[in-house]
Amino acid sequence: MTGVISVVVDGVTFGMLLFLFSIGLSITLGLMRFINLAHGAFAMFGGYVSVTLLNGLGMPFLVTLPVAFLATGIVGAILERSVIRHVYRMPELQQVLFSIGLAFAAGAIATIIFGPQQQPILLPRWLTEQMLIFDIQISGYRIFLIVAGFSAAAGLIALFNYTMFGAKIRAAVDNRRTAEGMGIDVNRLFSLTFALGAACAGFGGALAVGFLGLDPTFPLKYLVLVLMVVAIGGPGSIGGSFIAAIFLGVVDALFKYFVPEVGGFVIYALLVVMMIFFPKGIARRTA
Amino acid sequence: MTAALEVSNLTVRFGHFTAVDGVSLHLAPGTRHALIGPNGAGKTSLVHAITGNVPVAGGTVHVDGTVVTRMTQAARVRMGLARTFQINQLFRGLTVLDNVRLTIFEREQKTRVFWRSARADRAVDTEARELLAFVHLEKYSDHVVHALPYGIQRLLEIAIALATKPRVLVLDEPAAGVPAMQSESIFERIRDLPRDLTLLFVEHDMKLVFRFAERISVLVGGRVLTEGTPKEISADERVREVYLGRRSGHVVA
Amino acid sequence: MKETFRIGLGIPLLAAAIAAYFMFPGYLGLMAHIFILAIFALSYDLLQGHAGIVSLGHAVFFGIGAYTAAIVGKNGLTDPLLVLLIALLVSGAVAAGLTRIVVVGNDLTRLLVTLGIGYLFYEAANKANWLTGGADGMPDFEVGPLLGIFSFDFVGRVAFFYTLAALVIVYLFMLRVTTSPFGIALRGIRENARRMHAIGAPVNRHLAITYTMSGAVAGVAGALLAQTSRFASLDMLGFERSAEVMMMATLGGTGSIPGVVMGAATFGYLKDVLSTLSPKYWHLGIGIVLMLSVFVASNGIIGCIAALKRLTGVKS
Repeated sequence: MTGVISVVVDGVTFGMLLFLFSIGLSITLGLMRFINLAHGAFAMFGGYVSVTLLNGLGMPFLVTLPVAFLATGIVGAILERSVIRHVYRMPELQQVLFSIGLAFAAGAIATIIFGPQQQPILLPRWLTEQMLIFDIQISGYRIFLIVAGFSAAAGLIALFNYTMFGAKIRAAVDNRRTAEGMGIDVNRLFSLTFALGAACAGFGGALAVGFLGLDPTFPLKYLVLVLMVVAIGGPGSIGGSFIAAIFLGVVDALFKYFVPEVGGFVIYALLVVMMIFFPKGIARRTA
Repeated sequence: MTAALEVSNLTVRFGHFTAVDGVSLHLAPGTRHALIGPNGAGKTSLVHAITGNVPVAGGTVHVDGTVVTRMTQAARVRMGLARTFQINQLFRGLTVLDNVRLTIFEREQKTRVFWRSARADRAVDTEARELLAFVHLEKYSDHVVHALPYGIQRLLEIAIALATKPRVLVLDEPAAGVPAMQSESIFERIRDLPRDLTLLFVEHDMKLVFRFAERISVLVGGRVLTEGTPKEISADERVREVYLGRRSGHVVA
Repeated sequence: MKETFRIGLGIPLLAAAIAAYFMFPGYLGLMAHIFILAIFALSYDLLQGHAGIVSLGHAVFFGIGAYTAAIVGKNGLTDPLLVLLIALLVSGAVAAGLTRIVVVGNDLTRLLVTLGIGYLFYEAANKANWLTGGADGMPDFEVGPLLGIFSFDFVGRVAFFYTLAALVIVYLFMLRVTTSPFGIALRGIRENARRMHAIGAPVNRHLAITYTMSGAVAGVAGALLAQTSRFASLDMLGFERSAEVMMMATLGGTGSIPGVVMGAATFGYLKDVLSTLSPKYWHLGIGIVLMLSVFVASNGIIGCIAALKRLTGVKS
């Protein structure tokens, strides 16, 4: 039984990370209708920032996290301002091609700078210690990740539901014209939102290095899962993405544990099955 | 006599909002029936529900006695119920002739053929040209649609609907977006449509409605306020009230 | 909308191919590879350029064709044409089986489903290494002589004409399909699917047939690659190959048959030259080219040619 619990914990942890990876894509899709298949590149970027600071400059791990968050957000904002905002208006095919190109380029740049191998990361001792919760050994890092994930989710939900910024976003998602007519600077809103989504992914990526590893194939490796979170949770819905991410994380972990020969394959079969029965996605209204 | 189009107690809801509330229409074969009402009265929702673009929450739709309420739009077209759209829905990258030929190919179920050239089908080609002649568009046959003026496209919109050989044709504001000069000619084409074709048209321009309609249904707030001949409707106080403050000068005395 | 070049441009392309045979006798293998890529790209463009459906997992059928050829070859069936036919039927059957989930749903779910199907088959092939050889792939299956007479030689002469003949047949097939009533219906779907429903068109059925055809032809391409290289491997199923075929079709000019062929030829040549230099710079290069392509030259090579024609006043 303890085996199952620890697998579920792993699944929840993975789900938290998936949530952080996906939330940017969910909002971007819901708000700007932009299909960004390269969103995983932001997560990868955050991971590399954290690793470089930690290994190269000896910065404490915890400090690298907000730096990764900010750095990725800035990169996201720059990209959005310069290039991406012109892609919003394009038909779907162009968006897909553009973002695939971006994903390839990002992975290539990572390979050129860092090489194709996994990045080693030395986590601080207090995080790698095992802790005993309800008689189960769980590594401190998993607990840290879960707490971080919950806090991020709570923070985002608070942001979207209780702040002016969040209200403006919800207004713009609902009816862009009217929002503009009310004086909301929608372009700036898009930039900020895109940057926020990228920053979350970067934060998630930095957190993920110690749990999932990091190499240049990162963006495409988790693409399907991230898209599934968005499709199942409903584009634009934070709560939906959260639940979908945890669900997928746990299902993936359970199947890998109980039926390892089939393992990762199951998640794709699940996707196909879900799409047969819910071809329009399990739509949820925006939080 | 079986109605060509029978709408019974039709209700359409979008979430909590009831756009169409228990509307009934009875169109005798060959009639020219107009649907009028202020903006937001539910006319377009009603048309969408009749033609199968939106699902209904209650009520039925019959075409020539056959119930079509649960059928897809494509199935209704094959049953003889076609429509035009308020905003042109054309195949903009194709030529005018191809727009009509495609429709005929679909009607004849010839689109399963992938081994023969489309141009080789003389019968379809001839019929397409005849239809274009009816709407006076033959000279635009080889023009690509997106390069043509809106009024011309509007006529093509009608030609495509006719190409499906409907028994009941629903026209959603056929003159919408077209300058007054051209809307007359559009309606003249409509007037010249064969008498065995039943017409239901939504229109805002009262002059046109009173000239071309044989019966009028007035829709207000999702419900039928009244129905009658143009003379009865124009004399109806309630109808004038509904249009008060709008371009009421256009209501023919 | 771009003009439909008819067989017109096909003739110079064919002439160029035959000329290349004589001019570059050392590169026959590369040319056969390019013909195969062109067949694959044509199969994909039937979906993207003509029906307007974007699929992120088209390599599945390419891989199924390749593995079918390999597995069948390993089990004694060596006549290449028969194997080709079997590969066509198998990949067509799989495509037909998948149409239900690919054809319904909106654009986001379709992207997701096709992506997921791609990974699904990749993982399945990876795990089923008793059948597919897993990550090692399947080498050394026998391919008999073509028509019983022409053995595949190391120089690649037979492979060259074999794949070129297949490309010509597929090219003519595509021309016929796209100028048939079915072809016009596909364009109608691409132009205005809403209107198609409103004229009584069975849109889903049209798309299902297109997807099946497209999968079958992709399977032929895959089988050809397996036969001419005596190898079937997982990357033939993978996402990168799906992305590549999308790039070839788009860079050549989606919706244009000669354009797609030119796109495949350009892509195949560049990949051969550049990726041996350094795969990571190759990825960077195509990444950048793709990103640029949505801003400039969005109609691909064929679009550039059309623009040039207009500039120089040549009538098409």
